[in-house]
Amino acid sequence: MGDIEHIEKGMKLITANGRRLDGRKADELRPVRIEAGVLRRADGSAYIEWGGNKVLAAVYGPREAHPRHLQDPARALVQCRYNMAPFSVSDRKRPGPDRRSVEISKVISEAFSSVVFKEQFPRTSVDIFIEVLQADAGTRCAGLTAASVALADAGVPMRDLVTSCASGKINGVVCLDLNKEEDNFGDADCPMAIVPRTGEVVLLQMDGHLTYDEFQKAMQLSIGAAHRLYEMQRDALRRRYSVTLEDILKESPPARAPPMEEPEPQLPAEDDFGPEGI
Amino acid sequence: MSGEIVSELMRAHVYRLASMGQRVDGRVLDETRKVTIERSFVGTAEGSARVKLGNTDILVGIKMSVGEPYPDTPNTGVLSTSVELIPMASPTFEAGPPRPDAIELARVVDRGIRESKMVNMEKLCITPKEKVWVMFIDIHVLDYGGNLFDACSYGAVAALSSTIVPAKAHGLGEDFPLPVDHWPVSVTTSKIKDILVVDPSLDEERMADARLTVTTDENGDIRAMQKGLSGSFSYDEVKRIIETAQRVGREIRPLLRST
Repeated sequence: MGDIEHIEKGMKLITANGRRLDGRKADELRPVRIEAGVLRRADGSAYIEWGGNKVLAAVYGPREAHPRHLQDPARALVQCRYNMAPFSVSDRKRPGPDRRSVEISKVISEAFSSVVFKEQFPRTSVDIFIEVLQADAGTRCAGLTAASVALADAGVPMRDLVTSCASGKINGVVCLDLNKEEDNFGDADCPMAIVPRTGEVVLLQMDGHLTYDEFQKAMQLSIGAAHRLYEMQRDALRRRYSVTLEDILKESPPARAPPMEEPEPQLPAEDDFGPEGI
Repeated sequence: MSGEIVSELMRAHVYRLASMGQRVDGRVLDETRKVTIERSFVGTAEGSARVKLGNTDILVGIKMSVGEPYPDTPNTGVLSTSVELIPMASPTFEAGPPRPDAIELARVVDRGIRESKMVNMEKLCITPKEKVWVMFIDIHVLDYGGNLFDACSYGAVAALSSTIVPAKAHGLGEDFPLPVDHWPVSVTTSKIKDILVVDPSLDEERMADARLTVTTDENGDIRAMQKGLSGSFSYDEVKRIIETAQRVGREIRPLLRST
């Protein structure tokens, strides 16, 4: 945990042969693993591990928007809540929203607003919850990438998945997907999100110092990575929804239980009650 | 945790099964759901555990820092427990400051750990009256499938038992595991009309009239109790609940202890 403090300002984050502290090349992503449909109660959910980041995303809705005065008679609201667990960072974070998470929630909501078919669900809200369980820089990109999969898992109609990745600059070199040390001691960080099918940029932030050329390099790296992440998102969804012959055989109708003394009205199985057990 | 509706059909179904000693998920009345514990799930925490109790899924992280002791306990460390019922976990949970049910939950979990003297708090004193270790137990509920009291308690105990005190990072010598002396186990029983069910599922919990959480230690002694909801128990029922808590405690404790 304390290892970050030991890194002095100005230390070499990238070696002469272009390797970074964790051994990656400048254009290399950290390992990413995405899983769809990990929570029972949420309408859709996804879990992502991205380097040292562990992030859960859940989607509820479209459901009645609360408070009512926020309702839009013409379309759905897309509302995101990005939250960090108190134990997700080395110095305990006080629970609850701070200015940073409010801003991140806002830009993520806006990124998804442009892909969800909001006109199909007037007066409702699509609620996206992102929980950072373990943070290692790039949590908003990880959260957004997972939330896309959660939206698809919830069956929310969208033009496409949204995919997000950051690039930045460390020791004057433009690099993809900064980790925590690189983010803390690097020169710039530039998270972005795109709609891979059309190439639209739906989120873009930057802090630090980049020349115009460096910015273009960073965007190229991020866009390339986003297309690789897009495949991983689609893979996660395919794994969740593909059905094998084995699954079908397992779910073949079970033998009927012997009837009780007198025929009773057949109670439906638990699952037939609908999402709220009604 | 409250304010959810259960259909009359489900109520009738749960009660009819229970009166025959059965439950919707196939358990008998005094049987708990499967517990799985994954320790050290979060690398940024000093200790952590992900616990699944049936469909309930929670994550506990322990953070430690150095702070001042309370004036009335100058030689002991400080323990603080909080629960976040994040809106991800259920359509009825809302963002915002903790509501009474989350506060009760955190306090009951805290009480089980504090009163059982699970952690040797004297060993967490650095300089009497000045410097002690401060322990934060942060409980994140990820998926609400009933009986948060027990799931959160198991998570807190498992996370504490995997905690390494970060002494080196604070210039206080070598890191050491948190000194754990006792092993509290919380067991919650719900009452549906006249029937007692252990480790209530979501539907059972939503239609329960009363709830009793009993925390016992490795000697079977009672360390904490909390009765909840507006219904009542007879003294006989309370005794039965405690006996069940002792037995279930003996079954669950090895899972919490194994590292």
